[in-house]
Parts: sequence; structure tokens; C-alpha cells
Amino acid sequence: MRRDHLICRSRVLQALRRFFLQRDFIEVETPVRIPAPALELHIDAELSGDAYLRTSPELHMKRLLAGGMERIYQMGPCFRRGERGRIHHPEYTMLEWYRAHADYEDILRDTRALLPELCMAVVGDTHFTYLGRRIDVGEPWHEMSVRDLFMREAGWDPIADFDADRFDLDLVNKIEPILPGDRPVILRDYPAKVAALARLSPADHAVAERWELYLGGMELANAYSELVDAVEQRHRFEVCAEQRRAAGRAVYPLDEAFLAALPCMPPSGGIALGVDRLVMLLSGAESIEDVLACCV
Amino acid sequence: MYSASDLRKGLRIEIDGSPYIVTEFRFNKPGKGQAIYNCKLKNMLTGSTMSKSYRSNDKMDKPALSERPLVYSYEDSGQYVFMDENYEQLELTAEVLGDMRLFLEEDMKVDVLFYNGAPVGVTLPTFVVKVIEFTEPGARGNTATNVLKPATVTGGYEVNVPIFINQGDTIRIDTRTGEYSERVATA
Repeated sequence: MRRDHLICRSRVLQALRRFFLQRDFIEVETPVRIPAPALELHIDAELSGDAYLRTSPELHMKRLLAGGMERIYQMGPCFRRGERGRIHHPEYTMLEWYRAHADYEDILRDTRALLPELCMAVVGDTHFTYLGRRIDVGEPWHEMSVRDLFMREAGWDPIADFDADRFDLDLVNKIEPILPGDRPVILRDYPAKVAALARLSPADHAVAERWELYLGGMELANAYSELVDAVEQRHRFEVCAEQRRAAGRAVYPLDEAFLAALPCMPPSGGIALGVDRLVMLLSGAESIEDVLACCV
Repeated sequence: MYSASDLRKGLRIEIDGSPYIVTEFRFNKPGKGQAIYNCKLKNMLTGSTMSKSYRSNDKMDKPALSERPLVYSYEDSGQYVFMDENYEQLELTAEVLGDMRLFLEEDMKVDVLFYNGAPVGVTLPTFVVKVIEFTEPGARGNTATNVLKPATVTGGYEVNVPIFINQGDTIRIDTRTGEYSERVATA
């Protein structure tokens, strides 16, 4: 804990709320302790009695979209079992926002407005120095496709010949280390297999409408054009449950309330952004533990 | 067996029949992807190093390593004789001891590391005190600590010392690095 980091954190939270208030987003709070976390192959939920702590508020927020809310956001704690490192902590703060009648391009426009505005509010400019490196969040941003980057840096096409093991290993060891650190990087159009809750591209069903934001070499946010096809979503959950069972990992029940609501959800775009990492960048903290009020 | 989530700095694992110690460790996990555990590893037998990435499902063998406190007795034609608390003798070769053999003194307490029952290394007290047996005289009045010159200490170990150290001086050596630490007494 450091006082200046916590002051920065408080400023970031205020600036984020101001940004969404100005754009007529409604702040919501959905349950933290839930019976059915989203099934993802590599995200493990913490048990809490006979329920789980949420790994993301995504499924509950989508139920609100199905209920007719059009612009919503939430900031709050999420929990992921076993994730601890320089930029990981098992309990962390996530910001998610969703827009109905929109897709991942609309969310990208929001994000391109959000970072410079937030940066101005917190550090008084659109650039700052992080661990000795100058980062400018103003335009132009770097945009690159997952396919192009893998072809160039790893020598294979993850869209045409998807290989899950190789994908994660090359992403961490070959792609992330060479991403430019001077401006935000948008890595877009992921293989369909690594986007459990995203819509597939109408032009190419091997590609999911998903992008990731990297800032200062850190993965900061993940955005989707949301999948609203309940049949397809149930199928993906079931495949994932089977993979988790085969790998000897906990299998969570399907969120039937979410699946029942999904047919009423309009086409939407959504995003999850790691608030702690944002605070790290803006306060110059080297480790995520430095921006937490208390470490447990 | 260890699993990837046990990995941390200082953990000892076995790879292809050799014990390795994790000297650097980095946890990586793309939000939607699997955890990647990047390690720098040092072979505990040869000292050679390598980098290796583990994935969450990977398992590592636990090396059959153990440590025993022993007391050094004497050297007999290249064999270094140690004793345990029951006065049982154990002989270590110069090859296993490496430079550490030059720091040994009678009755020194050490920890000997065994791999599959065979001694593979030794940990000495962090600091040993030695007398300078030979070094060229330094320029008079030069008390700089960043200029070094070679010296030979009792036992035959060669170490770089600051220019102001003279023959007959007593110094402390850090056995972890083998480097000069400080002067204890002047001749």
C-alpha cells in the first residue's frame, strides 16, 4: 500500500464514473456470490460455500440488456482462483460496460474516447511515463489483426489452423513481448475457439468479433460483439464443460436464467477492463499489489 | 510430483534426470488463455542455466535431494573428510567441492547436498575469514574501493581485493559469490 497510489486509484474511479455519467450509462451492481459462473476453459472460480464468487459480472449484465437496459456499466470485485503474479491478483477490480444495438466497433469508439479523457483527468495530460517508458494514449492507436501478427511473429495462421496450446504459448512468449509500448494497441479478430461469448464474424466463421487492448505491454481490456444466439451459447458451454471435465477441472452448472434471457437480448457490444492495471499504469506502480489498499 | 502452480523462485525440480533450481519465475496469463509459467532454471550439478515455459497442466518431478549438516575434518590426498554427529566419516572429492574446498577449515560446520544419495554440493557459512598471503603493494594513500587487485589467501584461494589491502591483512569473503566482502584487521 502506498498513499500516492491509492490517491491515484480514487481519481481513476471518479474519472471513470464521470465518463459514463456524461454518456448516460447506468451504473449497476449485480451479485458477487453466484450459483453458476460462466464456463471458460481457463478461468477457475473460487468456491463460496455452496456457490461461487463471480469471475466476471458478464452473464448478469447481459440479463439486464435482455430486460431492456441499453447502456450499463459496473465496477467491482471479481475473483479468479490461482492467478497471482506481477499483474494478477486472485481478487481484483473489473470494469465492464455494455451497449445494446451496438457491436465491438462501437465499444472501440468508447474506449478511444475513454483513455485520453481519463488520462487528462488523472495526470493532466494524454501521456505519462510508466517504468521509464513514455506512453501516449492519444491518437493514432496501433491496430493489428491476430492473424497478421501470428503470421509475422510466430510463422503460423491461428485462424486457419487453430492449435490451442500453441496459441497461448506463442501469444505470451512471441506476441506480447513485441507489441509496441508507446501507444495503445488493439489486437483484433481472434480465432473463433478463443471467444466463448462472442459473435462470429458474418464474413468468416473462423473469426470471432473480439479485440483486446494492450497498454504498456499489459493486457488491459477484452471486448466482444456479444453472442445472442442461445442455442449456440448453450452448445459452447456444453463443449467447454466437457473439456473441463476431461482436464479434471471443476465443472460449473449452466446459468439457465442467462440462457433463458438471451433470446431477448438485442445485438450488443461489451467490454471488461482491469481497473487495477489501469491504476498501475497511471500511478507508476510496478506490481498490482502496490495499487491494492490491502493485500490478502 | 509438482504441478505448474507450485512453481516459484527457489523450487527444485527434476528435468531429464538432473536437479534444477528455479532462479527466476514469471506468471503469465492472457485473460482468456491458459496460464504460462516462465522459469529460468539452473542445473544444480553443472551450474548451466536454461529458460523453460510450463503450462498449467504440466507436472514436474521432485528431485531426490536432501541436506545433512557435517563437520569438516581434514584433507587426505585429494579426498576431503567430513564427519556427522555420530563421527561417521564421509569423503568428498575436490570436484564436488569446487572452489569451496579452499575455504574449508578444521571443525567448520557445512551443509552437504545429496542427490539420489550421492553428495553433489556443499554450503559453507556465508562468510569465511582469511589472511592475505600474497598481494602486490598498493599505491600509498590510495583508499579507493572500486579499484581491485589480485590476492592469494590462506588455503590458496585467489580473490580480487581493493588496492589498500596489504599482505598479512585479514579479510572476510562471501562464500555465495566468492568475492571480497570487507577488511577485518590490518597486519
